[in-house]
Amino acid sequence: MTTLTTTDRKTLPSKGKRRPQAVVDGMPRPKLPERVIKGIFLTVICALVVLPFIGVISTSLATPAEVNHAGGFVMFPTKGVDLTAYKSIFAGGTVTQALLISGFITVVGTAISLALTCSLGWALSRRGTVGNKTLLMLVLVSLLFNPGLIPTYLVVQQFGLLDSIWALIVPTCVSAFNVIVVRSFFTGLPGEVLESARIDGASEWKMFRYIGLPLSKAVIAVIGLFYGVGYWNSFFNALLYINDASKWPLQLVLRTYVVNGVELGGQDLGVGGEALPPQTTIQMAILVISVVPILCVYPFIQRHFAKGVLTGAVKG
Amino acid sequence: MPTPAGAAGMVTQEVSTQPPAVDVAELDTSAGTPKRRRIPLRRRLLTDYPVLLLAVPGMLIILAFQYYPLYGNIIAFQDFQPYLGISKSLWNGVENFAVIVNGDPEFLNAVKNTLILTLIQTVIVFPAPIIVAITLHTLMSNRMRQLVQSILYLPHFMSWVIVVAVFQQVLGGTGMINNWLRSHGLDPIHVIGNAHAFRGLLTSEVIWKDTGWATILFLAVLSQIDRSLYEASAVDGASRWKQIVHVTLPGLKQIIILLLILRLGDSLSVGFEQIILQQPAVGRDASEVLDTYVYNNGILGGAWGVSAAVGLVKGVIGLGLVLGANKLAHRLGEEGIYRG
Repeated sequence: MTTLTTTDRKTLPSKGKRRPQAVVDGMPRPKLPERVIKGIFLTVICALVVLPFIGVISTSLATPAEVNHAGGFVMFPTKGVDLTAYKSIFAGGTVTQALLISGFITVVGTAISLALTCSLGWALSRRGTVGNKTLLMLVLVSLLFNPGLIPTYLVVQQFGLLDSIWALIVPTCVSAFNVIVVRSFFTGLPGEVLESARIDGASEWKMFRYIGLPLSKAVIAVIGLFYGVGYWNSFFNALLYINDASKWPLQLVLRTYVVNGVELGGQDLGVGGEALPPQTTIQMAILVISVVPILCVYPFIQRHFAKGVLTGAVKG
Repeated sequence: MPTPAGAAGMVTQEVSTQPPAVDVAELDTSAGTPKRRRIPLRRRLLTDYPVLLLAVPGMLIILAFQYYPLYGNIIAFQDFQPYLGISKSLWNGVENFAVIVNGDPEFLNAVKNTLILTLIQTVIVFPAPIIVAITLHTLMSNRMRQLVQSILYLPHFMSWVIVVAVFQQVLGGTGMINNWLRSHGLDPIHVIGNAHAFRGLLTSEVIWKDTGWATILFLAVLSQIDRSLYEASAVDGASRWKQIVHVTLPGLKQIIILLLILRLGDSLSVGFEQIILQQPAVGRDASEVLDTYVYNNGILGGAWGVSAAVGLVKGVIGLGLVLGANKLAHRLGEEGIYRG
């Protein structure tokens, strides 16, 4: 952790060496014990986050012999890599089906959510139009209360969405909070640009499509990530609204076969007759599959986090 | 958190409802100019309809799934039968609320568990990100800080199912830690499925999942603290510890109050998904909270009216707590979440 050390510009002005920019210029240079304690503290909490994932990935890849020998859990596989667990998962049984459903609701749901959120956010950002204040008030007030579990269930039932995968998309497709975030971003766009577009005869739709959206890519990416993660992770709505096991998304499969520990047989996996890898390995493989999409998208969007989360959230 | 506003809403739970502070204030100043008022409504509709059209789909969803369910709360005053529907079910006055007033043991147990968990979350879970944020803030290397941040934000994006599964794999009977203990000739520890350890387990899961993510707001506020304050205090001979106490913490005061107010509104909803997932392992005695009570008795048990009554009371108390806390914050001269 040598990078933790840095010399304060204020105390040693004569040394012209390039050094990392100090975060807090005015603070005196930390003393050695403080740096050590901080280093240990941060290393420990990072390890607590990373190690379980490494263990899970390792176990999913370890050979059956090694898993059985270790009694279920392998931290660092030493006897080679075995992909049987993944092969049997993708062979076309329950898990494959759930993956398709989760993929569908994530992709389609995110697209619908982004379309509705951005258009509503844009409309709310156009001050002075008819009913603007009323609509904004309706959106803001809806943030303050929670309509309740049972009434919401009844509404979903009334719309005939029970046991339909649309029940996982439609009720949650517009988050009032995200609408507000997008709106405040649109409101912050330079008014002159819109004014000149207006003078050039651009319609409302064209201003939204060719000025508003392209200038807001960062915030849309982050909101898209939030929606996407929400859909991919949607568990409780699925538990409430979906009874038919053939329409289960991945999270319900994960709950049943990993958290509750129900055994996955050859039929569930779509493989017949062959020897199955140990249940732990299969469970870990399902877990890994449910984490991978998030890990893939995460690095690309991560740098936009602060902007996306903080727009409209903290001002001053 | 049982917000039927749903999965996407859950992701941004901890920061929700903050924007009103800014937006409501803006509203007052940005009202239509008098010039605009004179144009007749029909003319304005004619010019503004493209904007309104853009708002329609999103508004419909909000009205249908946020406002329309409010009407469904009237089943709290009915002997609701699902096959009869709201219009044909018989009214039974406040009978459903009797379970609350009479102190049904199951209900009281749920209340007790909820309050204990709320207390734990406020005392232990809430300060954790502040400590991490201050530590991160005093790191001198930006690259180091970003690395740590990327790692710590990650668990927030994992679903509760994944978090619970991972915890089981680490702490369970054949999990990482017990394997290690056994291979070293030590006694295994039973955490998963142990009713006595359940609260501790819940707390560590919440901390593991969301502490890192919660630092994002504190870090943003910390980066806005005027650096000259640190310089001035250093000149006056303040140690680094004293600077944290007298400069950093006061800088965080406003956001801490704001988040505490928001937490108060959610205080009766503690870790719904998290608990529902682990309830079979520990039993309802140890794990039942108000939200699981509503779910278990209403949707699974068929006691629709009673559960709706409990949900309604919970919602009203939550709303009252937010409004009250906001008022209190104003009294104390703080910004609060909005100006009413």
